Order: sequence, then C-alpha cells, then structure tokens
Amino acid sequence: MSAGHPVVLDTLYGDYPLDRAFDEMREPSGEVRAHYRALAETLAGLPQEELQRRKQSADLSFLTQGITFTVYGRDEGTERIFPYDLLPRLITAGEWERIERGLTQRITALNLFLRDVYSDAKILQDRVVPRELVYSCKHYRRQMRGLQVPRNVYVAVVGSDLLRLNTGEFVVLEDNLRVPSGVSYMLTNRRVMKRTFPELFSSYGVRPIEHYPQLLLATLRSLAPEGRPEPNIVLLTPGVFNSAYFEHTYLARQMGIDLVEGRDLVTHDNIVYMRTTDGLKRVDVIYRRVDDDFSDPLVFRADSSLGCAGLFNAYRAGNVTVTNAFGTGLADDKAVYAYVPKMIRYYLDEDPILNNVETYLLGDATQRQHVLQNLDKLVVKAVGESGGYGMLIGPHSTAQQREEFARAIEANPRNYIAQPTLDFSCAPCLIGNSLEPRHVDLRPYILFGDKVKIVPGGLTRVALEKGSLVVNSSQGGGSKDTWVLE
Amino acid sequence: MLSRVADSLYWMSRYLERAENTVRQLDVTMGLMLDTGAANEKARWQRLVASLGKPAGLEWDGDLESMAHKLVFDNLNHAAVTFCVNGARENARQVREEISSEQWQRLNRLFHQIHSPQAEMQFTSSISDALSSVIDGIHLFKGVSDTTMIHGQGWQFIRLGRYLERAYATATLLEVYQPDLFHPRESEYAGYQYLELVGLLRCCTSFEAYCQVYTADVSAARILEFLLLNRDFPHAIRYCVDSIRGAIDSIQRTGGRRPPGELVSGIGRLHAMLDFTTIDEIIHGDTAAFLHTIREQCLRIHELIYRYYVHYSIQSALAS
Repeated sequence: MSAGHPVVLDTLYGDYPLDRAFDEMREPSGEVRAHYRALAETLAGLPQEELQRRKQSADLSFLTQGITFTVYGRDEGTERIFPYDLLPRLITAGEWERIERGLTQRITALNLFLRDVYSDAKILQDRVVPRELVYSCKHYRRQMRGLQVPRNVYVAVVGSDLLRLNTGEFVVLEDNLRVPSGVSYMLTNRRVMKRTFPELFSSYGVRPIEHYPQLLLATLRSLAPEGRPEPNIVLLTPGVFNSAYFEHTYLARQMGIDLVEGRDLVTHDNIVYMRTTDGLKRVDVIYRRVDDDFSDPLVFRADSSLGCAGLFNAYRAGNVTVTNAFGTGLADDKAVYAYVPKMIRYYLDEDPILNNVETYLLGDATQRQHVLQNLDKLVVKAVGESGGYGMLIGPHSTAQQREEFARAIEANPRNYIAQPTLDFSCAPCLIGNSLEPRHVDLRPYILFGDKVKIVPGGLTRVALEKGSLVVNSSQGGGSKDTWVLE
Repeated sequence: MLSRVADSLYWMSRYLERAENTVRQLDVTMGLMLDTGAANEKARWQRLVASLGKPAGLEWDGDLESMAHKLVFDNLNHAAVTFCVNGARENARQVREEISSEQWQRLNRLFHQIHSPQAEMQFTSSISDALSSVIDGIHLFKGVSDTTMIHGQGWQFIRLGRYLERAYATATLLEVYQPDLFHPRESEYAGYQYLELVGLLRCCTSFEAYCQVYTADVSAARILEFLLLNRDFPHAIRYCVDSIRGAIDSIQRTGGRRPPGELVSGIGRLHAMLDFTTIDEIIHGDTAAFLHTIREQCLRIHELIYRYYVHYSIQSALAS
C-alpha cells in the first residue's frame, strides 16, 4: 500500500453516481475512503481480463463445492450458483466494535424480554410494552408460559439485519430470532475470497470467522440438560426439500454432529431418542431448523410430519434442550420490534447503542392516518413475515398496490407496520467489467450460550438489481464477503 | 449411524449395482444376437428379461432397438437403467452430509450424463459405446467411494448393498441359464455353444478372470464352479457372501451391538453351503434348487438387516 500515491480509478468506474445514500467506498467528494484504498489500488492494478479470470475461478469454486440452489420447474434438477459479488465489503475495527457492543446489548435485552413475558410479565404490568401487542402476536406460544428454559437462554442463535443510514450510522432493521439462515454463505464466501484475493487478504489483516461452527457447537453444548456431560447434539432439518438444506448439511458436517429429520426421532417417557443402526440413542440438544408450527404435531400443527410427536413434553420435562426455544418469534414480530429500545432501557437501564429504524404502528389511529396518507413514501411490512414477502415499497409501487395495502391495513391494522423508505448504504460491486454501487445490508450472526459471542463479520447481502432496495436471496439478492479489519 | 442414513446408503449402492448388471446383460445379449441372427431374438430377449428378475412391461414386441431403448431410458420401469440411476442419486441426495463431495459429484455427473439429450443420440448411433460409458461412470463412483469415504459403518452399508444385490443377481442369472448350459440343443454348432458360454461369463465381467484360472477351455461345469465357488473373484457368489459377512462383522465392531443370532446364522449357513459343497455335488444334485436356495437366503438376509438395523420396533429397542 503506497499511501498518498494518486491512483487512477476513473477507468474502473461504470455508472457510479454518488447520491444521497452513504457510499461504503467513496466520500461524497468522490475520494476513496482510507480503509478502501488498498482494495481500490489492487483493482486498478489488475488487468481487466485478470479480474474476469478471478471471477470465473471463484464461480467454479462455488460450483464444485456444491454451493448451489436447485432450480425446480422447467429443467429438472438444474443447479445454479448462489449469486455473490467478488469485491469484499470492508468494516473498520472502530465500526465493528460499536456493532458488537450494540448487538450484545440488544440480544441480552431480547432474551430478558422473552423470559419476562413467558413468566411474570412485569414489562406488561408496567405498561412499557402493550399487553394486547404481545398476546395478539401469532408467534406467541402460550405453552411456553412458566416453563424453565436452560440457562434462561431463549435465543441462542440470532441473525440481526443492520443497515447503514446516510449519516454513516448503523441501525437495526430487524432481528431474526426463530431460525436465521445464511451463515453457511458467510463461511463459504470467505473461503472462496481467500483463494481469489490472497495477497489483498493478507495485506489487510482481516479478523477470522472460520471458527463459527466450533463456537456454535460450544454454545449448543453449554445449553445441554444438567447431568449430561457428553451430550448428544443434533441438527433437526425439515429435510431435503427445504431451501436451506444445503446449509443444514454444511453445518452438521462442519460441527461433526448428526443431521436428523423428524422421522429419525422418537420420544418415550419424555426422553427423545434417535433411531440408529445401533439401537435407540438418547438426544440431549437439538439445534432446531424447523419452525415452531411444524415441530411437534401433539402441541402445534397436528398435520405436520416434519417434527417429532412428544418433543415439546420432553422439552418441558427438561430432558432435552431445543434451541432456539419455541415462541421466540414473538420478539422479532415487526410491531414488537418498535419497543426494543424501551426494553433495553427497562431491563438494562442503558441507552441503546444501535438504534431502530423509525417505525409506525398501525394499531394506533393517528399513526395509521399518517401512514395511509403517505403510502407512496413509506415501506409497509406484514409483521410476521420474513424473506421480503408481504411488503410494499411506496416509491416503487403502483396506485393499485397501494390501494390493496390500504384495504389490508384497514382490515387488520395489527398485522402491519410502516417505516420510511431508507436510502441505506451502497458498496461497490463488480458489474460487467466495472464498479457500480449497489445497496447492501449486513447480517451478523450472534451466539448466546454462556455469554454473547459474535464472529467479526457476517453476511453482507446485496441488491444486485440497479437501484433496488430488496436484498433477500429469495427476491434476487446476492451476497458478498465481509471483512472486519484489525 | 442413523438408521435412515444407513438405509439410503444401502439403497444407493444397490441401485447402482442393479444398473450396472442391467447394462452389462443388455450389452452381452445384443452382442450374441449379432452372431445368431434374428431367428433367436425373441428367445434371447425373454431370457434376458428372466435373468433380470422378470420385470413387468418388457414383453417382446419384435423391435430390438425399441426394446433396448425401453430397458435403458424408461423412467417408469423399475428395471430400467435411468430408473436405477435416479434412485441412487435420490438416495445420495438425502445423505449429502454423509458421503464425500467427490462421490456426490461423480454420481451427479452420471445422472446428468444419462439424462442429457446427447445420451439418447449416442444410444442410437452406437449403443455399445453408450452402455460402456454408463458402466465407466458407475466404476468411477465405486472407486471414488472406496478412496474418499471413511471406511466406517456407512461404507460397510454401501458394501452390503452392493454384494447382496450382486449375489442375488448372479444367482438369478445362473438359474435362468443353467438348463441351456447342460442340455445344449443338438443342432447348434460348437462355435455357437462357445459364444453362449462366453456370453454368460461376460454377463459377470468374468471372462478374463476365468481364463486365468482355467485357461480358455470353457465348459459349463467350470463356469458354474467359477461363478459360484471362487473365493477370489468379486463377481463370484462365494466372494459376495464373504464380503457380506465381513461387512456385518465390521458394523458390529464399530457399533458395539451384537447382531442377532438369526442374522449371523443366516449368513453363516449360506457361507457354509458354498464352502462345503463341491461342484460335482451341485451338478449331480438339483442345481436349480441349489441356486434358488441362494436367492432365498439373500432375501432373508436383507429382511433381517432391515428388521435389525433399520425398521426395528421401538419396544424391542427400549427393552435391550
């Protein structure tokens, strides 16, 4: 890195407007930010064919590692690689330190909230969070009332979505407290990037993330029931037809634990067993990647065969740890989300380090009026949905769509929230042969066993469509590697 | 190891073995038809179908090419090669985390190869090349399985599937062929008889191995001896039974649970049958019944493996 030496980058830029959104690489004046300089210089120093060659070799690497989506439909069993961008997203040590503290604080508070709501419900008595909001949430599980959860950890695995506003500040857009996915892409992106830009990688001093599976295993082990010193830990998957099945097999292999389906499990006398060639083997910890609804036909949806009959009773008896716990979706309900800053103050007596995005609750008449009058400027979301479904992006919507949402909101205001349309930050992506900015978010993965642990980095999701604000992989988003610098 | 995983690995392996057997027998039968002309086509086809275990939907319609096409590409026919390859891949897909990436890639490639539009074109232009490229694909998979997978329980279940399927298929084949072997039709020239016998050996890729043991002096009795009782040739039934026994022993060693007496004695009986019977006794006794017993024992072993390792009742498992 030769500091101060002018770099000719203009040839690299394609259609690169610097508009209202914060640009991860460039100052508003067009200057390259200090921590992006080495990356920019490396790119400027590479012949164009070389960049394309590296892109192809990275593609091949994804393909041979089997990191593919199966596309059903037209062509039986066609496989496509997970879309990703070749250039890493850089985060400075200072920025990361704040994110880490903020997420630790937030997850601690959310766990305390879940414990409180499912036991004494003090926060509801003190009217900090409205009672009706909690009890009307479709992810609230009355079966969890008064149940003692191992180490009081409700959510052991979290993926929170962060955005960066045009002020440069990181805010939390949502918390995923049920079955957050994508961590396998974080890990494989890194492996491919190390191979694609080895010199750049070593010159930067990037903090490692490869130990995530080991941390996850340690977290799961720390939650094992009492008196089980050598716990048998398994990953419960809905099976081969689930879109995240690749991730389930990947994590199971990386942790060296069995990947089980509901049909592999049986319960007897409130103990969960798995069927092995060596007879029944007791299961102590289940890392559950099956939704609440499908986990136990005796307690939740009776028509589901993905789970295991009797699982919940074994859990209630304390003979097996299931994580994340049931009913945690309550705390990532998009309306309850609006109260997280209040929870942080209530339980921890601290100011939130990471702020929320301003959120309008449509149950409130004045807020609803305001939202209905400004539908073309706002984003409206259904509270219980994820993956970018059930969403209206005001500025990109048609009058008809707005009308439909207005009707839906009037019919069931509790089911929706609204937020301002955010110009969240852009990072340079390799589009064709040149760099263009695309909107990105950041999903760090947080583990909570003995204490909160976050591997430095996460999945940076990219809206690969020009100007698009939707980063979900189910809606045409991609990802890029995230380098947290030392 | 999870019972479901063992089940998938076992069937993945059985399906591939079945595909290989079908391809090889089809190839040999079509080769023989070249020599003996159209007169015998129907009889030969019926013998082929019988030695594949008489799968339905393959009645002779007079057109060899369309019949062969059906046996290779008819996804709905349980004996068809594509059906078996699909079955193997589907089973492998359920246990992606248990098999090595190399195994998966190999099997996937075979699957795409046989389903590509080029496959049918190659089939029409040169059926023999097309068939041997399928066998190549299967051989590569087996090689990769042996070199990239840990030789633990999973691998042993793969072996079990392979050798049970092979022992059963070889016994069926011999049972179908044996009346003709010892009572050749008078009218046939010696040259045709030779081709018949070599064809039988080729159905089990065993012509060259046979020559090493007995020289090219082929006789029905020696072929039967070789394919039934040889202990060193992987397609001989005795070798298969030894391998099944070895696999069960290893599974028990790694698992720690003792296999039930029934299973041990079932395999032991089959083993002893092949160990202590001479070829003269077999030929002068009821040969068909002997071969039939082998098939029945194979079915019984399969059933016991399932009852003990895969579909056991919860009550019995809790009791032990």
